[in-house]
Amino acid sequence: MSGGSGMDMKSMKKMKVGVVIFPGSNCDHDCYHAAQVMGMEAEYIWHAARDVSGFDCIILPGGFSYGDYLRAGAVARFSPVMEAVTKFAERGGLVLGICNGFQILLEAGLLPGAMMRNRNLKFICKTIHLRVENAGTPFTGACTPGQVLAVPIAHGEGNYYIDPEGLRELNANKQVVFRYCDSHGAVTDEANPNGSCDNIAGIINREGNVLGMMPHPERCVERVLGGEDGRFVFASLLKHWSQGGGCDAGCALA
Amino acid sequence: MQDAPWREMGLKDHEYERIVEIMGREPTYTELGMFSAMWSEHCGYKHSKSTLKLFPTKSERVLQGPGENAGIVDIGGGMALVMKMESHNHPSAIEPYQGAATGIGGILRDIFTMGARPVALLDSLRFGDLSNDKVKYLFDGVVSGIAGYGNCIGVPTVAGEVYFEEPYTRNPLVNVMCVGIMKTSEIARGVAAGVGNAVMVIGSKTGRDGIHGATFASVELDERSEERRPAVQVGDPFTEKLLVEACLEIIRSGYVVGIQDMGAAGLTSSTVEMAARAGTGMEIELSLVPRREEGMTPYEIMLSESQERMVAVVEPDKVDKVREIFARWGLDAVVVGHVTGDGLMRVKENGKVVAEIPAKILAEAPVYNPEARRPARIDELHAFDPATLPEPQDYDEVLMELISSPSIASKEWVYEQYDYMVRTNTAIVPGVADAAVLRVKELGTPGHEVGIALTVDCQGRYCYLDPYQGAAIAVAEASRNLACVGAEPLAITDCLNFGNPEKPEMFWEFQESVKGMADACRKLGIPVISGNVSFYNEAEGVAIYPTPVVGMAGLLPDVGLTVTQGFKTEGDLIVLLGATGPDMGGSDYLKVIHGVVAGRPPRLDLEAESRVQACCRDAARRGLLSSAHDCAEGGLAVALTESCISGGVGAHIALRDSDMRHDFLLFSESQGRIVVSLPEKNLGELEGLARHHGVPFEVIGRVGGARLVMRVVEGAGNSDPAGPGRFQMRRLIDLGLRELERAWRTSIARHMTDGESGSI
Amino acid sequence: MLWKARVRVTLKNGILDPQGKVLEGSLDRLGYKEVREVRVGKYMEIALEAEDAPGARARVEEMCRRLLANPVIENFAVDIEPCDAMAAMAGTPGTSGAPCATGVAR
Repeated sequence: MSGGSGMDMKSMKKMKVGVVIFPGSNCDHDCYHAAQVMGMEAEYIWHAARDVSGFDCIILPGGFSYGDYLRAGAVARFSPVMEAVTKFAERGGLVLGICNGFQILLEAGLLPGAMMRNRNLKFICKTIHLRVENAGTPFTGACTPGQVLAVPIAHGEGNYYIDPEGLRELNANKQVVFRYCDSHGAVTDEANPNGSCDNIAGIINREGNVLGMMPHPERCVERVLGGEDGRFVFASLLKHWSQGGGCDAGCALA
Repeated sequence: MQDAPWREMGLKDHEYERIVEIMGREPTYTELGMFSAMWSEHCGYKHSKSTLKLFPTKSERVLQGPGENAGIVDIGGGMALVMKMESHNHPSAIEPYQGAATGIGGILRDIFTMGARPVALLDSLRFGDLSNDKVKYLFDGVVSGIAGYGNCIGVPTVAGEVYFEEPYTRNPLVNVMCVGIMKTSEIARGVAAGVGNAVMVIGSKTGRDGIHGATFASVELDERSEERRPAVQVGDPFTEKLLVEACLEIIRSGYVVGIQDMGAAGLTSSTVEMAARAGTGMEIELSLVPRREEGMTPYEIMLSESQERMVAVVEPDKVDKVREIFARWGLDAVVVGHVTGDGLMRVKENGKVVAEIPAKILAEAPVYNPEARRPARIDELHAFDPATLPEPQDYDEVLMELISSPSIASKEWVYEQYDYMVRTNTAIVPGVADAAVLRVKELGTPGHEVGIALTVDCQGRYCYLDPYQGAAIAVAEASRNLACVGAEPLAITDCLNFGNPEKPEMFWEFQESVKGMADACRKLGIPVISGNVSFYNEAEGVAIYPTPVVGMAGLLPDVGLTVTQGFKTEGDLIVLLGATGPDMGGSDYLKVIHGVVAGRPPRLDLEAESRVQACCRDAARRGLLSSAHDCAEGGLAVALTESCISGGVGAHIALRDSDMRHDFLLFSESQGRIVVSLPEKNLGELEGLARHHGVPFEVIGRVGGARLVMRVVEGAGNSDPAGPGRFQMRRLIDLGLRELERAWRTSIARHMTDGESGSI
Repeated sequence: MLWKARVRVTLKNGILDPQGKVLEGSLDRLGYKEVREVRVGKYMEIALEAEDAPGARARVEEMCRRLLANPVIENFAVDIEPCDAMAAMAGTPGTSGAPCATGVAR
């Protein structure tokens, strides 16, 4: 990479994050706020938008898009903006789906697998622990491999399912980025809050630019809220971006 | 007209006669329906209005007192806090999920119609004994309903209370409170001002659901109540989420003159109240109201309680702009009429007048001053002497039993179903302190955030034994909870739940409770700015405990100084602020261990109470404290247990002997007591503060280890009870933290999986 | 003409159905010892215009593949009937498709 002048330009401007608002999104404000706290420039994108160019990263926030009627994320994936997001991702743009955003990415086929209701059939809101399984992605580059993060979850349908074949592929390609674990980093059934297959809490696509995760990093970037581990995800994005993290450069996992 | 249709609608014969007299003619069926809804207790407050005047409602900070959709207080920096509490008891008794869900929907609308962004929900719930399968079904359904609606709409449920007592078996209480934040410059009100302005109906279409819900809420529950299921409305949180965003947008745009939620009695109450407040009239054409079902009669359209609907009054040239904003959110906004100057509420169907009544008359239900009589039970209950009960042999067993009783046990099973973090303001989450704390993003600076503290409180058992005292304690306890986190009380919203006010004993309970609350509010300097009365909480002749629930908000100048309840550091000293007396009447110890609900409730010295709270608040703001926790149900022993579990560390306690029985010493529910812990170096300063405020002060132990050990020092005059014993000690409690935690944390979940209550 | 489609969406075999498990347990406790398995699914009724039954079926099956079912975890089955017959079955007069409300039942 020859980026001297590019770096200079970037040091003057901020990383620009777009937060999509679907009807029923409710973590849109939170993602916007967290991005700003982390020194990024944030902008909302309305679900009817057909153009998402000009952003360094798109966040699909949590919430209950279209009431989550039928299945979580099932209706939102047909929003006009999702066509644009899909194109953005195909060109290598960074896409982060959090909670409902992850569900939408699954429904849209940008990530493999599906979400089912939590195994206890109840909505669960609490802070859990995550183990960073792959610290080589644009979303985890500021973490150390195996690092344990304390991050809140808040969902009713976070029970990740994928068939055995698909799971083998995810593992083989290091696409599992986060797993639920205990406070010491042990991946156990007791540490699995919702029954997810193989304790999976977050996965990335094969190209390494689209990440979906159930936990909410945007809820823990400020000390006043009791935890700051969510900063690692945003700091990773910033690190990737400031290193000229184009999407063509350094995204692919393989 | 059939024989006496007004009776079916819940109107009394003399009320009907009065209507005929005022109107100078027989009312039409639609008019009769409108009267019966507006003159129901739920809308008209006819039995409570004169008593409610006792509340203090003003302070320097109050911007809007009772009478609007919600109350408002100034929190500085150009920002205001909006709050309101409401009951949804009867709908929840019949269909718990939808009853609770629509309760949330309604209270949210009360907040955002004022122009405020809802930022927090709290709930105060009461059910029967949790071993009863029907109770499990109701409890499970209500919690799911609150979660289903609140989580979806993205307003965090940050605090609450749940009690399990027999009198609520068939008539559970579901009281929900909502708090909003807004700019003081953007307050909207429910007024239909400006003759000629357009009246718009906004949001969902109107169906037949919930017709006569207001009347339903104003009668006792009986076996037939289940058959009335169709009266229960179904909530659509997704539509409400769109409605919040669209309404806040039109209010900020300045396009609306007045706006109001269609709550109980739907289109009738919203239009009538808006006109009455502005001293205007209104004419509406029902054929213009968007409907979900065919063939609805004027009566049905006027009284439907379909959810997620609002009425707005808009200047004619702004109608298109309003319509545009709503269209962008995928919502209907339709002009159905206009404001008139004749003071009449005129309803037309295809041009034909179907109702025409002066709005003021509808809005001003007759005021009754019912007879009040002190129930005979009170003297009997007060005659009970707790000293006649046997002293327990094994205090470990008693403590374990108390902390496993569902009313005291952890409410984790409940609050983990609620999204209590969405909107990223929740600085103190449920279960870690005596009140929830939210930072206000618009105020303060990073590192020095300004916060609000929120709590709901009431101990119905105290009110049953002495409604005046019990209600005053509810105010004192709410204020104490705020003091424990370091917050200054701002205002109260209430939800007053009682039986049938037409029975003199029930009305006496109501009157005494209001007096008790009002006196406590005056003494502590806290105004009541909004509230709700729920009467007729009786099922088959059994009334609930009188339950005046107090919702309170407070202000924290610096969220970073918030104090939580858990012990923090090995070696910290534990201090009890306030004095313990033999206050056993109505205690959990009596109920859970001895099966007795009797005696006099704890004494309340509001002077002393106010001093203890000021002392704790000062200490918190000076950063002296590691923890603070109020002594409530289960007394000192339970408070210490909770501080140990929350902090994940044990404590060694040595209590000075007194002439009190040891069970009284441990489990008395004396008011005005706070357990704090602090580094030893801060002790002198705290002691100075306590002396300054005139607050009883006693070092009772030290934080450390993995057990809770409680001893009584026999022999007087010891200088350091935490030190090695030169005196005779009697060990009362010695329990491992893990054992305590398991019992306390899993009790409700164990009850709920016991015999799995999936469906009934 | 107007057709009524009845759509059933069920979890694929082998995928754990937590709701079904809860109901199995409840039925067992209520004394229905003969129950071997419960699977919970979704049922929807769709009123649609189409030339003929096969045409209606083709459209509804497409709807299922695209939106109504998630092929990763769910199967679907579609029944097509003329709308009037449905109205007759329900015992309501067949007025301009009124009993054929479109909607997605949860």
